[in-house]
Amino acid sequence: MDQTTVFLIIVGMAVVTYIPRALPMLALSQRKLPEPVAVWLRYVPVAVLSALLLPSLVVQEGRLDLSAGNLFLWAAIPTLLVAWRTRSMFGAVITGMLIVALARLVGVG
Amino acid sequence: MATIEGTTTRSAWLTGVRRAMPLVLGYTPIAFAMGVLAQKAGLSTFNTLAMSLLVYAGSAQLIAVGLFGAGAPSLTIVITTFIVNLRHLLLSAAISPKLKGWRRGEIAAFAYELTDETFAVHAADPAPQLDKGVAFGLNLTAQIVWVLGTWLGIAAGQVIQDVRPLALDYALPAMFIALLLMQIKDRIQVGVAVLTGLLSVVLLLAGLDQWSVIAATVIGATVGLGVETWIKRRSS
Repeated sequence: MDQTTVFLIIVGMAVVTYIPRALPMLALSQRKLPEPVAVWLRYVPVAVLSALLLPSLVVQEGRLDLSAGNLFLWAAIPTLLVAWRTRSMFGAVITGMLIVALARLVGVG
Repeated sequence: MATIEGTTTRSAWLTGVRRAMPLVLGYTPIAFAMGVLAQKAGLSTFNTLAMSLLVYAGSAQLIAVGLFGAGAPSLTIVITTFIVNLRHLLLSAAISPKLKGWRRGEIAAFAYELTDETFAVHAADPAPQLDKGVAFGLNLTAQIVWVLGTWLGIAAGQVIQDVRPLALDYALPAMFIALLLMQIKDRIQVGVAVLTGLLSVVLLLAGLDQWSVIAATVIGATVGLGVETWIKRRSS
């Protein structure tokens, strides 16, 4: 594939990414939303983050993996504890990455 | 008055930059890994940077790099990106009540840099309305770091064979764990988080692929609304 075609594809990707980002905001931000809709939308952050997170921890190569060898899953426990106790995203990310790097260094996962 | 306003705006921007710092830590390794992989998939430096500037969506970019590397058809790459990023519809709608009174141009600019991560930080802001300076300071810092991290990855791509020993692939899950905890304020939300996560796994394994996140989110938020409404009715 030549680089001009690649660039055109990237422009296409940019357009289809921007539209869903912008439309709801432009349409809804100046309106008073009905109460049930507002309540529903307040659950979206928790729901979407959890929906993105959990598969990345327990699904490896298309299969459910709850085995002891699934480093991503077990490293999530100390990461969660640090995030919960310190409320620090910094600390959580460092903890998670350090544990995974160290475990790989000694040959786990 | 002009100077006072100038100072407030500047300090608001600085607050935004400060709030972006945890994202900097998470974005750098992911963007770096993306740069390395894009270089290996045969994308030019210009195109890799263009993708981080124009598309600016972590998971979609990583998936697209894989598709480019596999020689997938153009339309497949664009449609996959569309489906992967369709969840932004929900994020955009969910953040809209915090943008009351913003001009259309400002909203259009803000939407350009709406990611899972910037959304999560904005959504966790307890104030009912977002401060424009803080919001743009945060968004711009995050994207600048994303582009710089991509560039570092391209530069390092020649020498790095495998990103796994550096645990760069764990930056995203770790960041999502912290971002998720920032959102949880009561028991219903804990329940919604657990339910939605499990649903997302089940739907993914059932073959819904890229649709699983959106489907699980819609169901999870609806159950949250249902439970909250039911509890309110019972107590009144």
